[in-house]
Amino acid sequence: MMAAIPAYTAVVILLLAAVHGSEEKNSEDVRCKCICPPYKDKPGNIYNRNVTQKDCDCLHVVSPMPVPGADVEAYCLRCECKYEERSSVTIKVTIIIYLSILGLLLLYMVYLTLVEPMLKRRLFGHSQLIQNDEDVGDHQPFANAHDVLARSRSRANVLNKVEYAQQRWKLQVQEQRKSVFDRHVVLS
Amino acid sequence: MEGLCGGIGARVEAELQVEPGRSLKGAQKMLPVWGLKISSGGPAYSTYHAFISTSSAYIRAAENCRDVGESAAFQQSTLMYCVSTLYVFISFNSIILLFLYFIGTLAGVIDLAADWMTDLKEGICLNGFWYSREQCCWLSDETTFDDRDKCPQWQKWSELMIEKSEGASAYVLNYFLYTMWALTFSFLAVSLVRVFAPYACGSGIPETVQEENRAQRWRTDSVRIKSMDSMIKTILSGFIIRGYLGKWTLLIKTVTLVLVVSSGLSLGKEGPSVHVACCCGNLFSSLLSKYSKNEGKRREVSTVSSSGSVGVSVAFGAPIGGVLFSLEEVSYYFPLKTLWRSFFAALVAAFTLRSINPFGNSRLVLFYVEYHTPWYMAELFPFILLGVFGGLWGTLFIRCNIAWCRRRKTTSLGKYPVLEVIVVTAITAIIAYPNPYTRRSTSELISELFNDCGALESSQLCDYINDINMTRPVDDIPDRPAGPGVYTAMWQLALALVFKIIITIFTFGMKIPSGLFIPSIAVGAIAGRIVGVGVEQLAYHHHDWIIFRNWCRPGADCVTPGLYAMVGSCSLPRNQYSIVMLFLISGGVTRMTVSLVVIMFELTGGLEYIVPLMAAAVTSKWVADAFGKEGIYDAHIHLNGYPFLDVKDEFTHRTLATDVMRPRRGEPPLSVLTQDNMTVEDVETLIKDTDYNGFPVVVSRDSERLIGFAQRRELIIAIRTQAHIPQLNV
Repeated sequence: MMAAIPAYTAVVILLLAAVHGSEEKNSEDVRCKCICPPYKDKPGNIYNRNVTQKDCDCLHVVSPMPVPGADVEAYCLRCECKYEERSSVTIKVTIIIYLSILGLLLLYMVYLTLVEPMLKRRLFGHSQLIQNDEDVGDHQPFANAHDVLARSRSRANVLNKVEYAQQRWKLQVQEQRKSVFDRHVVLS
Repeated sequence: MEGLCGGIGARVEAELQVEPGRSLKGAQKMLPVWGLKISSGGPAYSTYHAFISTSSAYIRAAENCRDVGESAAFQQSTLMYCVSTLYVFISFNSIILLFLYFIGTLAGVIDLAADWMTDLKEGICLNGFWYSREQCCWLSDETTFDDRDKCPQWQKWSELMIEKSEGASAYVLNYFLYTMWALTFSFLAVSLVRVFAPYACGSGIPETVQEENRAQRWRTDSVRIKSMDSMIKTILSGFIIRGYLGKWTLLIKTVTLVLVVSSGLSLGKEGPSVHVACCCGNLFSSLLSKYSKNEGKRREVSTVSSSGSVGVSVAFGAPIGGVLFSLEEVSYYFPLKTLWRSFFAALVAAFTLRSINPFGNSRLVLFYVEYHTPWYMAELFPFILLGVFGGLWGTLFIRCNIAWCRRRKTTSLGKYPVLEVIVVTAITAIIAYPNPYTRRSTSELISELFNDCGALESSQLCDYINDINMTRPVDDIPDRPAGPGVYTAMWQLALALVFKIIITIFTFGMKIPSGLFIPSIAVGAIAGRIVGVGVEQLAYHHHDWIIFRNWCRPGADCVTPGLYAMVGSCSLPRNQYSIVMLFLISGGVTRMTVSLVVIMFELTGGLEYIVPLMAAAVTSKWVADAFGKEGIYDAHIHLNGYPFLDVKDEFTHRTLATDVMRPRRGEPPLSVLTQDNMTVEDVETLIKDTDYNGFPVVVSRDSERLIGFAQRRELIIAIRTQAHIPQLNV
């Protein structure tokens, strides 16, 4: 278990670094937004300016000033200015990471449900097919996990170990699926 | 036998000594409990194929084993021991930090991605496809006061495809694409859940409560194990849903949570967030050698530090509420230790979430109220009315939802989980799109309902008829007559209310991650806002009535409809949500209120409104209690038949343990291991001949004094690993 720590840690640190690491401020990541309500005959308006926090007030941001000089103070009293920051890089990286994870999962799902059964069918030929049909009535994904598990136990090399682990996981998921979707024992 | 350290050498005599009050007969009968065949022992156990149980005796055994190992290491080399201890210490702390950081990041990712995907249903940003609508128009100078959501960079699908933003064809195209995206998202979500991690579906709270209950029970029982019935309790509450907190569950739940939230279904992300936090806790505690082999400790870490404070902290954006919640939850035994731990946990998680800044407003929460207008005594009446509504709705919801879930569980409806999700999504999208209040995401709707109509607001809800020669400063606007926009908004809100109430009943419990908190808040907020506007208009038009006379002079700002929305929303969720808390905290009503009220304040920032909120909360609870004590999660636990031991129930049936235990009179004797004189062959025969999950270890056949318990798995593994060593000395 201790040996697994560096691996996990590395993955997690990479992920965190990807999301947080690139947080240097872009010029487009700060804004001062002023909302000015309707005043006399002037309609309400929204002003956006890229200024520093100390300059974030109506006088610096609202330009051109819609009202004559005498009314500026009254107009500006009603405006509300807010200084806001964001990190556009974080947003970009987050969305791209999310989409790629989703994409990978979908690919794997398609592989498991469509491609793998087809490959198995072609590889093991017709005789195997008949055997499989007997004990595996349902056409759920991973339905042949039991078989492969039994087969891979007899041979033993590194590649098969990976396959073995994968099949064991498949069996677990199959069990979960049975208890959630078929027997409705949990989570219904 | 002593040499096989895998639970066999456990020393639990101290706990298992018979209490003086009990008869000796009871003591002898006590032993057979261990021989219970959990997988098919009786009708009560028959359903739990996928589950195993853990017990404090077993956990003790594992702990002893670790101690033995450590002292052996100590003898080998003091230096090595120091190094390894240091290593464990450093890795422990860094992993805990990393774990908290990870949860915070995860919560931020969920928020950002869900935000983006929700807007993807309506259009796309030309500046960069990864921006949501708000982020897309973030720097734009072309947003107008009346139409704040629009800017040229943000293109609706119709503008992009047929270059029209108005008109029937554009509307139909947008409508169609909205529905299609919603269907795609929910289909992806349900198939991912089905293929990779079926346990990721649902809210997760009943099951997490189950796990919490287990952890808590374990703590209780390690102290109280002397008493007879608590041993059965231990077995029952040592109930673990295997794989429920696994890695795949974590991954799939996070990914699909974003999908379902953005598909526009009537559900929230808070309940599942607690489950996600629990999975994280479990994952990280498995990295620590100290916790990896000890199921009980592991649960303790994952439940205490993750679900307790971190889950609440990141899900609701309420770190202090999270700490209090955690304190209340576990205050049975180690309050101070846990207080610090969860304080730290909530701090780091909240800090991380804040640094990601998912809402772009430098706050942790989405719903933040900024008004500070006072409320008046007479307003308590509508507040209480809202509480009554909350209680009634809560009862209705629980009854209908449970009836529907039972139907799903028992009839053929349950055979088509994917189809069910697709159909419900289609119905939701088709009905929701025409109504602007249901089209947008639920959290946006709630924050708009919470808003007070200041001069800066331009939404339809704030379309009041303004007095032309009004010259007051911005903050203090008097009550005004409602304009046509408000009336339109009212009936749209009423429709939205009915729609939300009905669709939530069918949504909660489908085979996708779904939380109940946000929809409940939405229903409460809509009802509250409607009542609020009603009271406001009543006060404006009839300010000479007795109740309004002292309170509401013409030209004064006396009713804040946004406050009603807030009160309404607080009355509702508390109804279900209080039950959750009640479970997790396990402390009864009085203690519950503390952390709950704090969470609510943190969520809304409205510290002035303690009395209205509490009045509404208490009323809704009374009303709901009048119709039935069972909360929604409670009901779901019962529906699924989990062996949940409610802290509130005391055992009224004084059934003796002898009545339920096996073997009974006339049955073959209990299969046991004896301490000294058993050979490997004997053990092998025992394993072959019986199919029990474990065997009690006794001193000898004559004096059946229990000294430990060996699990079947452990025995098999021990024999298999030792089999290759010829000089095995057993």
